[in-house]
Amino acid sequence: MTTPQDVETNDALTTVHGSEIDEAVELVAEDIAVTTGTKNAKISNAKLAIWLFLASDFLFFGGFISAYLLYRGRSLEIADAALAEGVEPGKILSDVLDIPFTSATSFILLMSSLTMVLALAAIKRNDMRRTQLWLIATALFGTIFLGGQIFEFTEFVREGFTLTTNLSGTTFFVLTGLHGAHVTVGIFWLMSLMGLSMSGKLTSKDSEKVEIAGLYWHFVDVIWIVIFTLIYLIPVN
Amino acid sequence: MTVIAPETKLERNILKKDANRIKGSALTALIKRPTKTTGPFSWVTSVDHKKIGILYIAVALLFFVAGGIEALLIRLQLFSPNSSVLTAVQYNQMFTMHGTTMVFLVGMPIIAGFGNYLIPLMIGARDVAFPRLNMFGFWVFLFGGVFIYSSFFLGGAPDGGWFGYTPLTSSPYDSGILPGNGTNFWAIGLLLLAVGSTTSALNFIVTVTNMRAPGMKLMRMPVFVWMMTIISFLTVFALPVFSAALIMVFFDRNFGTTFFFSATGGDPLLYQHMFWIFGHPEVYILILPGMGIVSEILPVFSRKPLFGYSVIVFSGIAIGFVSWGVWAHHMFASGLGPVAVSAFSVSTMLVGVPTGVKIFNWLGTLWGGSIKFTSAMLYSVGFIAMFTIGGLSGVTHAVSPADTQQTDTYYIIAHFHYVLFGGLVFALFGGVHYWFPKVFGRMMSEKLGKITFWIIFVGFNLTFAPMHLSGLAGQARRTWRYQEELGVTFLNQMATVGAFLIAFGVLLLVINIVKSKFKGEVTGSDPWDARTLEWSIPSPAPEYNFLEVPRVSSVDDFWHKKYEEDPDGRSILRDGVDLKEEPLRVTTEEAVSKYGVHLPSPSIWPMIVPLGMTIGAYGLVLFNWYTCAIGVAVTAAGLIGWAIEPDTENAEHGGAH
Repeated sequence: MTTPQDVETNDALTTVHGSEIDEAVELVAEDIAVTTGTKNAKISNAKLAIWLFLASDFLFFGGFISAYLLYRGRSLEIADAALAEGVEPGKILSDVLDIPFTSATSFILLMSSLTMVLALAAIKRNDMRRTQLWLIATALFGTIFLGGQIFEFTEFVREGFTLTTNLSGTTFFVLTGLHGAHVTVGIFWLMSLMGLSMSGKLTSKDSEKVEIAGLYWHFVDVIWIVIFTLIYLIPVN
Repeated sequence: MTVIAPETKLERNILKKDANRIKGSALTALIKRPTKTTGPFSWVTSVDHKKIGILYIAVALLFFVAGGIEALLIRLQLFSPNSSVLTAVQYNQMFTMHGTTMVFLVGMPIIAGFGNYLIPLMIGARDVAFPRLNMFGFWVFLFGGVFIYSSFFLGGAPDGGWFGYTPLTSSPYDSGILPGNGTNFWAIGLLLLAVGSTTSALNFIVTVTNMRAPGMKLMRMPVFVWMMTIISFLTVFALPVFSAALIMVFFDRNFGTTFFFSATGGDPLLYQHMFWIFGHPEVYILILPGMGIVSEILPVFSRKPLFGYSVIVFSGIAIGFVSWGVWAHHMFASGLGPVAVSAFSVSTMLVGVPTGVKIFNWLGTLWGGSIKFTSAMLYSVGFIAMFTIGGLSGVTHAVSPADTQQTDTYYIIAHFHYVLFGGLVFALFGGVHYWFPKVFGRMMSEKLGKITFWIIFVGFNLTFAPMHLSGLAGQARRTWRYQEELGVTFLNQMATVGAFLIAFGVLLLVINIVKSKFKGEVTGSDPWDARTLEWSIPSPAPEYNFLEVPRVSSVDDFWHKKYEEDPDGRSILRDGVDLKEEPLRVTTEEAVSKYGVHLPSPSIWPMIVPLGMTIGAYGLVLFNWYTCAIGVAVTAAGLIGWAIEPDTENAEHGGAH
């Protein structure tokens, strides 16, 4: 392809040939890339897909987080109104939250991101023993967090704060419950990677599989940081 | 060009390695992996993007007929005032299912079908990035569609509108409001479909990002591919918000939560916001591919390059962005307050600008061209005219005082049918005529095609033009009956006659498709003397798409390989190009063994997983937890089978998720 400037120069011929050779060289490079499956790939197919999925999932949580923020404090107003009329109001979230307990389980969840990174580093070194160790540790930490959430939920329900008590219960249980569901999926994902590695199907060549599971796991952690801050750390009044 | 030699050698070496890898035979899957690529069963297990594309379009056309029958029943009910063809509940079910079907079971999947078939061919790829995920998307759509339609036999179809406004849909199931299982089927069915649409959108984005042929830069991609990329982004980011809203509705309805219950502080309007934050980008998800198809057809039959290629692409991107900022124009009558209403008025007028730019680009493409009015071209020109009318009535909605008057009247129905039927459906029918020879290697009947176009064109205008008037006269939409005194009886009768004319036209189109598939005139690879890569390969497109990966050096590369310009700017055939010469066609086995083509193997798992999901969905809707458990078990089994099965049989890497 010649541009007008190319033709105007004195040695138009050389310019034309120069650019053609350049293009040919570029094509050679691209062609090798096509056949080896790394074409255009600053990022691999699977990794690009998981990033897009996580972006999508972020907006999914965004819906519930928006609902929570929009309805913050409304149950309190309604409870106050009930009190003024001499009616016993239902429990609201701030009556039942046990912040130190959840802080501890949150810390454990955050630490699982560290073990996840260690698992990835191990598989990249082809150290399968450590990979398995850190994968198990990550899944275990996730399970502890989940156990904490189940304990928290039952405790709240026992104290009279349930899904149907009021808006506070509605938004809290659905949002944190969905996060718990994401953690559960993550644990199964990690366990299936464990299964693959036990049967020798996971080697250092497959480190991307661990990396992708890791991206999901970190995402679930990051979402928890947002949820924990909004629900537990910012007081409603 | 001596430089090419070492490169081809290198390529051969690499390809040889690939071919050797494929030859082995170790089976690792639990169930014997399907291998057949012909015969009826191969359609169930195929991961070939072209077969999946055809399946999408075929099944979407079936749903189009179903949605059409619902529309005809609506029109029969409205033929005369105070009529009783349908009961009020049946009428509600009809308009709900008509809308749900046309948007989620026809519009989105048929677009996915076109995208599936065409994107890899247009960018010079052998398949999409994730062939099995692609197949998964189709089966989710099919099962999800059957799931929603089965509600007719399992306690009543959805009847809360395709938009499912709260608090109507979110009232507890035992409250007597919207009795029956319909709304549950609607919410869970749409969640299923959302999963399918999201995966297919992810797949398109990755395919376009990573799988383009050498030299196929972004600004050399066909406009259709561009539009599909834009709507894939819209899908990925808009659908999850709707999914969240659907889950809230389902919880409110069945589990006693109070997201949209105003007595305890909930806000039904929140649902409207969430719905339209999805719903407005959805409008562009539906129309942009239509614009893409038209932008492919117009240049071919005007024998001119598309006027202002980059402007069309950038207006598409601009529409994509602005579509996020206009959602509340659907809610002008809900009391948002003057500031919000004014802001959304302005942004809505703004979105008309890039749309108008495109219309002028298409006119510029036609201007001075040697136009050939084939059926495909008629639909495309019809698209421009009808879409312009729909666009103009759309601008009247942007003017909020006028819109407050028009809200929930037949004027709105007229508007969006002009853009979605006169726009999208015309483009799709044009696309069917245009790409039919590529898909089946035979021509559709042009004569029947043109007759069909005029019947549909007249029928369409007869149906929807009178609705402008009946709407302004005050006929309310979604209302079972109207009174004689309103003075809209004649307008409604016109619309009903028009609707049956459309149905007759669609029947002719289906006859044309089926007849041409078996008896149409056999054609070569490039019957239209077209411009884009898909016409450079044999018809019907072989399983391996491209024997050699094409190299691209401009927009409309295939055209420039055939033609060059003489000093007056006229296109003349390049030396040595013979338009009659057919591209080399080999069998799939030969392509794999001799040319080292790497094709994904068929698989059963991407069908098992949606099957499990759908079983689980039935359990959820019918409150049968055993069914739910079976669904989860089948899904899990499918996922495990999928995970341990490699992408291509006996290739070293599995890879795809």
